[in-house]
Amino acid sequence: MTETKQVYWEDVQVGSEVTTLPKIASTQMLVRWAGASGDFNPHHYDDKTPLAAATGGIIVHGALKRQWLVQLMTDWVGDQGWLKKFSCQYRRLDFPRRMASLADPAEGETWQCKGTVTNKSVEDGEHLVECEIWVENGQGEKTVPGNATVVLPSRGG
Amino acid sequence: MTQEGSIITDEMRKLIGVEGTPTVLEVEKGFIRMMADSIADPNPLWQDEEYAKRSKHGGIVAPPAFLCNARAGTSRGVQMKSPFLRALAGGDELEYYLPVRPGDVLTSVSYISEYNEREGKRGKMLFTIIDTKYTNQKGELVAKSRSTYISY
Repeated sequence: MTETKQVYWEDVQVGSEVTTLPKIASTQMLVRWAGASGDFNPHHYDDKTPLAAATGGIIVHGALKRQWLVQLMTDWVGDQGWLKKFSCQYRRLDFPRRMASLADPAEGETWQCKGTVTNKSVEDGEHLVECEIWVENGQGEKTVPGNATVVLPSRGG
Repeated sequence: MTQEGSIITDEMRKLIGVEGTPTVLEVEKGFIRMMADSIADPNPLWQDEEYAKRSKHGGIVAPPAFLCNARAGTSRGVQMKSPFLRALAGGDELEYYLPVRPGDVLTSVSYISEYNEREGKRGKMLFTIIDTKYTNQKGELVAKSRSTYISY
């Protein structure tokens, strides 16, 4: 296991970028997420359902994309940080890659989870950082915009 | 009173604030791992006890994403009524107060907090807002979530 480098409140400024997290949605990941989360809506694994026909295929769970954005933030804040508030909106549908083999997705779209710092403050002794966050599809469109507030450790203790 | 032309019926309004059946989840390390692995999140904070001991939390915690889904929270037992068949998740808001740890027993209770209706490109759309509170076995408030479901 690799140690992640801890980011401190003093290290970030308004406009600073959150370290981008690339993600690949595959039909396999959707099935794994369905099993883990308990969301067995067939819209996410059966492309012959009327809903899937209406959306042009099976779609990535909104909640799965939310987990990506949560990971974006928990990766960034590290072991000494805390995700305090989080919100996101599922604005566009995303379609998973098919599987090429038992373990590997086919060639195709890669999603990028991104964020930028929009505000810094200290409230009730907590060193807070607000970020605008989003999932970007392969065409560079923001499919899931959102906001996050995190607590970062301070070098001042 | 049902407003003229409104898709929100009196029957639907009566459901506002009615709490669903509490969902109780015993949090296990294996389940935390399954959740994290399912989305390819390799953070050792969710899985490696030795590593996690040195963290702010002093031990393994569940990723914040753990909440607000069919197993840990959300609308179980809440009656969602809509005149429409097509439904999509609109968005989620979460506030986290305390970490969730292996061994915790999480109880989540949801209720409809409001409805909104809007004219969309394909006609009327109904927005159903569901609020959920998560508490642990000590009765401490762990998190709150607010989810928007769109039907059309």
